[in-house]
Amino acid sequence: MAGADYHPLSRRGIGTKGLGKAWNERAFVIEEQALKTVEEIKAAIEASVPGAGVELVLNPSVSGQHSLRLAPSHAVAVATFLRDDRDLALDFLSNATGVDWPDKEISEKIKVTRTVSKTVDGVDQQVEETVEETRKRVEPGCLEAVYHLFSVAKKHGPVIIRLKTVNRSDQVELPSLTPVWRSAEFQEREIFDLFGIVFTGHPDLRRLLMWDEFKDHPMRRDYVEPDDYEYEPTAHDEVLARAQAHRAKAEAGQKGGDR
Amino acid sequence: MSGSGVVLNKNPGWNRPPLIEPEGEGELLEVAMGPHHPSTHGVFRMDVALDGERVIRLKPVFGYLHRNHEKIAEGSSYLASMPFTDRLDYMCPMTNNWAYAIAVEKLTGQQVPERAEYLRVIVGELTRVVNHASAIGFLTQEMGASGTPLMYAFKEREKILDLFEALTGARMMVNYMRFGGCRVDATPAWLDATRKVVSGLPKFVDEFENLLRGNEILMARCQGVGVLRPELAVNAGVSGPMLRASGVNYDIRKVDGYGIYNRFKFRVPLGDHGDIYDRFMIRLLEIRESLGILEQALHDIPAGPVMDPKAKLRGFRPKPGEAYGRIEAPKGELGFYLISDGGPNPYRYRIRPPSLINLTVLEDMCLGSNVADVILIFGSVDIVLGEVDR
Repeated sequence: MAGADYHPLSRRGIGTKGLGKAWNERAFVIEEQALKTVEEIKAAIEASVPGAGVELVLNPSVSGQHSLRLAPSHAVAVATFLRDDRDLALDFLSNATGVDWPDKEISEKIKVTRTVSKTVDGVDQQVEETVEETRKRVEPGCLEAVYHLFSVAKKHGPVIIRLKTVNRSDQVELPSLTPVWRSAEFQEREIFDLFGIVFTGHPDLRRLLMWDEFKDHPMRRDYVEPDDYEYEPTAHDEVLARAQAHRAKAEAGQKGGDR
Repeated sequence: MSGSGVVLNKNPGWNRPPLIEPEGEGELLEVAMGPHHPSTHGVFRMDVALDGERVIRLKPVFGYLHRNHEKIAEGSSYLASMPFTDRLDYMCPMTNNWAYAIAVEKLTGQQVPERAEYLRVIVGELTRVVNHASAIGFLTQEMGASGTPLMYAFKEREKILDLFEALTGARMMVNYMRFGGCRVDATPAWLDATRKVVSGLPKFVDEFENLLRGNEILMARCQGVGVLRPELAVNAGVSGPMLRASGVNYDIRKVDGYGIYNRFKFRVPLGDHGDIYDRFMIRLLEIRESLGILEQALHDIPAGPVMDPKAKLRGFRPKPGEAYGRIEAPKGELGFYLISDGGPNPYRYRIRPPSLINLTVLEDMCLGSNVADVILIFGSVDIVLGEVDR
């Protein structure tokens, strides 16, 4: 940013109430400075927040935007550090969003060595044999909240932090970062609405886009649309039959029924 | 104001302590402003609690235009979402295209040819002129200047939309950009027509500014109203002209220098008071800077392809990974966050909507002001519901 800031509006005619005079002197010192690498940021966090449990998540794409996964127990402390640290000064939470990672069934081929008894040349022997086996395991899924941080003061970014829930069903709490960055207020409400992550410590956690009576989380990957959002049982045969079928489904607690 | 008031604390959702204590003993009046209020720029509702004329609480209610764009985009290919981005902020389809293209280009590392970069800057800045002029027009409309300034703005907007139509085939739903370039090249005749329109715009801006800047009603109603402090603006993720009106020097065109913005000379106007008047004036001044950029771009635009002929559009599968790309859209920071799992569809497709996030501070700006000022403060944020609700 070359030269002085351009302030064309510093004078006023009528009606000026002297507001903002304090801001004629720049509240935000502007310095161009290269952002530290993720490894350096990780080291800085670990030095100032003991036991933070920061994990590096590498991004294989050409964008090179690597991220840091924080332990939920220390997330607020780390976030406060990132915001208030003089070198990082990540004062601007730009984007907060959720990602759904459903349970994954992975089949992998594993080489297994076992001892097999075999008859070789008419003699019983114990022979070691390597066999390829296909094994299936289920990798448990999780919900993830991703935050993109920038610095308005230092003009750098993004630094990406991620938080992960324990699972996708009953342990979906994460600490809210709204007390640190107000910008997360609506975005965390949206994540709660569409993904179902419950942010503890959020001042006003309600649905943002769907209506309050709605019962599922539409952005989850296993979400099934209901068969009919607005059914109207009337005396007409066709509609009545549809409504009855709909209600029977809903009573059976089937997915795709009444929500 | 009289009538049967509603006791706020019994209403679920109003779960934050009151920031302003009502005066006296009277009951509070709860008003639902919108979703059909003409000043809400679409279908937007504010649940306002009033103590007489004073606003005690204000809760925005969203979702009337929600169609889960992100889910739809996750079920379709990368390219198929491009025309859909036009419908986000339908006043500025070009910048929506651009933000999405930049995010995908970050994900794949595609290069954009010179001429395409210039065309992107030209259509992007024309969009900014359209958006800022209309935003000011709507603001004055809400102040009671019924139609005249808005029609001045729309007269110029029409000329620019004609240019868009000549270039892309559509006035608003342009579907112009592609990953690694632009869909069609501009003809020399189109560039001449654009030069002609751009050379006529400074006269319009002068006229518009003379009409409004010193207007006593506008000054009386806008100065000192809806003040946004810079610390709160930064903390609440406010971006675009609203952030700069609060005096924070942050323009992504300068900070990231995406595209070829490093080559152009332009200034970033900053407000000193953070009120409605500053937001209005910042938009006017940004139109002037945009015209400067347009002149430079139209002068320097080189010949060449607008798209790598070998670029693959169909069957497009980026390598696994993620990318966040953002641009300075006319309303603020518009970002796209994409996660690829190597498939033909994005695994995660997220839009960072400036309109929604700029509304975070709406309550803070409105508390304590008159109910008539709420309309103006809301108008000065400049939102489009297609982007807020997605």
